[in-house]
Amino acid sequence: MPDTDPMRVTVLVNGQREEVRTERDTALLYVLRNHLGLTGTRFGCGLGLCGACLVLIDGRPAYSCDTPMWAVEDRDVTTVEGLGVSGRPHPAAQAIIDGQAAQCGYCISGVVISAAGLLAVNDDPSEDEVRAALDRNLCRCGAQNRIVRAVLAAASSLRASRDSG
Amino acid sequence: MAGSREARTALPPSLATNPCLGDWLRVLPGGVVEVRSGKVELGQGVLTALAQVAAEELDVDVARVRMIAAVTGISPDEGPTAGSLSIQHSGAALRVACAEARAIYLGAAAGRWDMPVGALTVQDGTIAAPDGRTTSYWELADDRLLDRPATGLAEPKAVPDYRIVGTSVPRVDLPDKLAPRPRFVHDMALDGMLYGRVIRPPSRGATLLDVRAEPARALPGAVTVVRDGSFLAVVAEREEVALRAADLLRADAKWQEEPTLPDEDDLPAFLTSAPAETRVLAESAPPAGAAPAPAARSHEATYHRPYLAHAAMGPSTATALASTAPAGGEAGVRLEVWTHSQGVYPLRRELARALKLTEDQVRVRHVEGAGCYGHNAADDAAMDAALLALAVPGRPVQVVWSRADELGWEPYGPAAVVRVAADVDARGDVLSWQHEIWGNGHVTRPGFGRSVGLLAASHRDGGEPIEPAAEPPLERGGGAGRNAVPGYTFPAYRVVNHRLSVMPLRTSSLRSLGGFVNVFAIESFMDELAAAAGRDPVEYRLAQLADPRGRAVIEAVARRSGWADWSPAASSRSAGHGIGYARYKNSSAYCAVVAEVEAVTEVRVRRLTIAVDAGLVINPDGAENQVEGGAIQATSWTLKERVRFDRLTVTSDTWDSYPILRFSEVPAVEVELLPGHENPPLGVGETAQGPTAAAIGNALCDALGIRVRTLPLTEQQILAAMPD
Repeated sequence: MPDTDPMRVTVLVNGQREEVRTERDTALLYVLRNHLGLTGTRFGCGLGLCGACLVLIDGRPAYSCDTPMWAVEDRDVTTVEGLGVSGRPHPAAQAIIDGQAAQCGYCISGVVISAAGLLAVNDDPSEDEVRAALDRNLCRCGAQNRIVRAVLAAASSLRASRDSG
Repeated sequence: MAGSREARTALPPSLATNPCLGDWLRVLPGGVVEVRSGKVELGQGVLTALAQVAAEELDVDVARVRMIAAVTGISPDEGPTAGSLSIQHSGAALRVACAEARAIYLGAAAGRWDMPVGALTVQDGTIAAPDGRTTSYWELADDRLLDRPATGLAEPKAVPDYRIVGTSVPRVDLPDKLAPRPRFVHDMALDGMLYGRVIRPPSRGATLLDVRAEPARALPGAVTVVRDGSFLAVVAEREEVALRAADLLRADAKWQEEPTLPDEDDLPAFLTSAPAETRVLAESAPPAGAAPAPAARSHEATYHRPYLAHAAMGPSTATALASTAPAGGEAGVRLEVWTHSQGVYPLRRELARALKLTEDQVRVRHVEGAGCYGHNAADDAAMDAALLALAVPGRPVQVVWSRADELGWEPYGPAAVVRVAADVDARGDVLSWQHEIWGNGHVTRPGFGRSVGLLAASHRDGGEPIEPAAEPPLERGGGAGRNAVPGYTFPAYRVVNHRLSVMPLRTSSLRSLGGFVNVFAIESFMDELAAAAGRDPVEYRLAQLADPRGRAVIEAVARRSGWADWSPAASSRSAGHGIGYARYKNSSAYCAVVAEVEAVTEVRVRRLTIAVDAGLVINPDGAENQVEGGAIQATSWTLKERVRFDRLTVTSDTWDSYPILRFSEVPAVEVELLPGHENPPLGVGETAQGPTAAAIGNALCDALGIRVRTLPLTEQQILAAMPD
């Protein structure tokens, strides 16, 4: 049955079906941040050029700042808040804390999403593969080398937990 | 007990200005110490370092210290968080204030037990007597105890007794940022909050003639359109509506435009010919009567840097709330502003001035933003939010700048031309040195000039243009003149600054200010002189550097980078290495950098080796992080960055047109912190900027045999620098 209310938009975020009132061409970013209170996803440029707004859509990193709501209907959106398991941060986020691999931290949610996207398909990446995967993320503070080391550490902890599990 | 000797510690300046101990710290019965600093977290980790200083002097676990974000009316006024001075200013004040607070609480315990203070010990806030009795700061917690001015009678700990200072305590703010929990000003969600967007003029000299506001106002969810002169903005119930309304207003506004900007392709010619105020910043002549050594040769070279953007990852943002006008009308309005400004007090003074309010009517609260690296548009966004909040009293309004406005309207680090000339003796050692600078000043911070230093104020009806940036005196670090005085033992030197009295593009403080281009020029020129004399760059510098701490960082970086044994064959054909050195501000941390570059189709920096002497280091991991980050950012400036513009406006307004270094382009970086030797702590956030640029330029010359004196070191500039 066609939906008659043009302002009613639904989206599946972090496993929850959410209904919000906005225009269908509103960017996913604003729905996440303002309608759903998921402020870990950040506005950086609005053009998909800096990676601050990355989320996983059907498991793959995508820019939420220029993805309209109509494009994510029936898709599975995961934000940085939805990456952790049972209240613990994603291994990449934990490795970033452990390695003090951030300065201002504004870019770091997007970095964690990129890392999660990479580690989901490759849990033993080389340093060059990590850098290539993170090339969609900009960091202005110069924390890149620490971040790369943290992602490699996260990969190794993921492998260790898989081998022991 | 140290205090009983009546030996007074001179109060550090910040504490002398804000002497009430209770302004700096508060003991809470729940086992927490609240610490207030006037300095703010900019992503540099300052709150963690200050918490360490407080915990050290109080003898409490650092986890008990809760750092309170700066807010006007409550926090000590320490001016802006700038110039790598937070540890020197706020750290020094907290050290003395917390030592005194400890003594006061010990005194209270001693009084209660009727025993001498000297018999008591403190461990993690628990005070113990020799007979086994214990109490604690928390049990004794009483605000009245600290409601008194600092006396300087309690002696702070001696450095060898430090247990917390000097250790790598993890950053206090990172767990929130990774959880993630809302911590940025962008993440604030106040009840009833509205969303504002400002429609900036399409070009620098544009004035708003007319705007058709109806289509924007008619959008469902639009609240109001605000126009004041050429300041145009919209407020809406939802952010997506504010964005759409701003697009409509942009399309429906009529502007009168005129070209006001110089020719970017001939920028050095503009900088050296524009009206300027010329001043000799520093001069030193050989002692009278000394026979001047004969000059064997003279050399001269001219260097250029473009305008650079702070280019924060998070656009400038603020939220403001104006109280609904009470009976008193405008005079009774109260304005509350949440901002990532570097200085809540300077911003409050400027907002009050711009809005014709008293300072008491305005409260400014710091909330963290993205790293700013100097004076960016944070204060401008606060003014935007204040103007919109006053238009909708009773509802908070959040303003977020667009990426295009952030890159296109922030105050830039100024472009400059630097000419260096030297007479040298037969060995090539410098006899006399001339350093001449042309460019805009580096300070238009709020409160620094006669005109209001906030962008929106200049666009309002009757608003004055922001006056050309000022030059702070060299004793306070200078602006354009920062690091222009050579740190070497030259018998004579002269430093001249031509501060432009016109300002086509607004400029202000960007990390290291003039230190970036001055060190690039000086250290490039040192290599040119060394090459002309056929001498090794490291030996050439050491031969003319007396300061043992400066020599030590150069020797350390040469050792660690394998300077003496380095050969390009080990890495690649067109590889080179180079060194750069400076003592930041001639008074702060010492830094030497060795860069290895490879130049095939473009310049790639492979490795940076850095040695720093920052005296006593509060948090070694934090300091290394700052030095490494500064060096990587400086690499980005040196290789890629340049604000682009046509005669009307700035055209580099996306990450495509203003590219910065990406993960795959970042060099390996090694940082060595030299032992502090009980020297006082010096800031490290800016020390690597100039030396990194110079090291890269020198390495490029080593690789290609081409001296590129114009930044950034792109293929285009290399081609332009090739001999005909």
